[in-house]
Amino acid sequence: MHDERAPGDASEVPAVPDARDLPDAADPAAGTRSDAARSAVIRDSLSVGLATAAYGISFGALSVASGLDVWQTMFLSLVMFTGGSQFALIGVLAGGGAAAAGPAIAAAALLGVRNVVYGMRMKPLVDRRGPVTRVAAAWITIDESTAVALAQTEDRSARLGFWLTGAIVFVGWNITTLVGALIGDALGDTRAWGLDAAAAAAFLGLLWPRLKRVQAGAVAVGAAVVATIATPVLMPGLPVLVAALVALVVGWFDLFDRKRATP
Amino acid sequence: MTMWHVILIASAATLALKVGGYVVPAGFLERERPARIADLLTVALLAALIAVQTLGAGQAIVLDARVPALIVAAALYALRVPFVIVVIVAAAVAAGIRAFT
Repeated sequence: MHDERAPGDASEVPAVPDARDLPDAADPAAGTRSDAARSAVIRDSLSVGLATAAYGISFGALSVASGLDVWQTMFLSLVMFTGGSQFALIGVLAGGGAAAAGPAIAAAALLGVRNVVYGMRMKPLVDRRGPVTRVAAAWITIDESTAVALAQTEDRSARLGFWLTGAIVFVGWNITTLVGALIGDALGDTRAWGLDAAAAAAFLGLLWPRLKRVQAGAVAVGAAVVATIATPVLMPGLPVLVAALVALVVGWFDLFDRKRATP
Repeated sequence: MTMWHVILIASAATLALKVGGYVVPAGFLERERPARIADLLTVALLAALIAVQTLGAGQAIVLDARVPALIVAAALYALRVPFVIVVIVAAAVAAGIRAFT
């Protein structure tokens, strides 16, 4: 999931080499070319999948620190399986406890909205064999699988990249979540270990690759300010949701979209 | 609501959204404005979570060891240091400050 770092962001995947850089200049046999594309997509899937899976450690540890038990933590990684929403849920619960249940669910759901867009893009490519395949595809529709698929030039490679990346991230994310949860369980006093700061750093890692444009940067600053100002006056969890209105306003009127930020 | 209720409802919601992309007619979220808002929504929520996670203590706003930890994390991301290392360093900075103050 991050840079591409967490299961989250198809907008940029630095770990993926450009499949179009493959040598095909003098038109070698078509078979050779598709073999090259195939090994390139397998390489992409592995590098993105394994890098992403490693973040499961931080999720597992932070989830246990926020009050969930190991089973609940594992359930999230197995069923919810979308890093941004998972981190958001435990983040809001950590701040507000059971009283923040509503806002926690809402924050997780809102962060899952982008998966709808990914599903629409992936459907023509991967939804070809009935309802079981469709649900399996939906289950692993996340930033990483979508990003690797979109980086390919041929449909066959894109399909392979989607399934392979999704499967690697799913297996790896769940294994590392379990490891992280067991570590978190053993740590005890989470503040003394700085796990609250680690959670903030994890969110920043999810946000960082999305800050390429001035517009995104403006929304990030605006939302952070709104959430901070709202914290003393609203019940825990709600400030995050109120800050989401910044995205609605800026997105609706397309504000701040004049130039690109320096990367 | 128990913790399990929260987890089940939230998981059902996010899974339904994923399936939704495959069953609703394509189009709506492909249009420019809804797609842009969906994109910025992610940015706004993550930024708000960072603010609350760094400055919030219940309903109070406090400046403590989390702030320098986050600044260090930002610097490391800017240097393209991998996620896992940044998270560990951020924890170490906060833990270190707390241990020595």
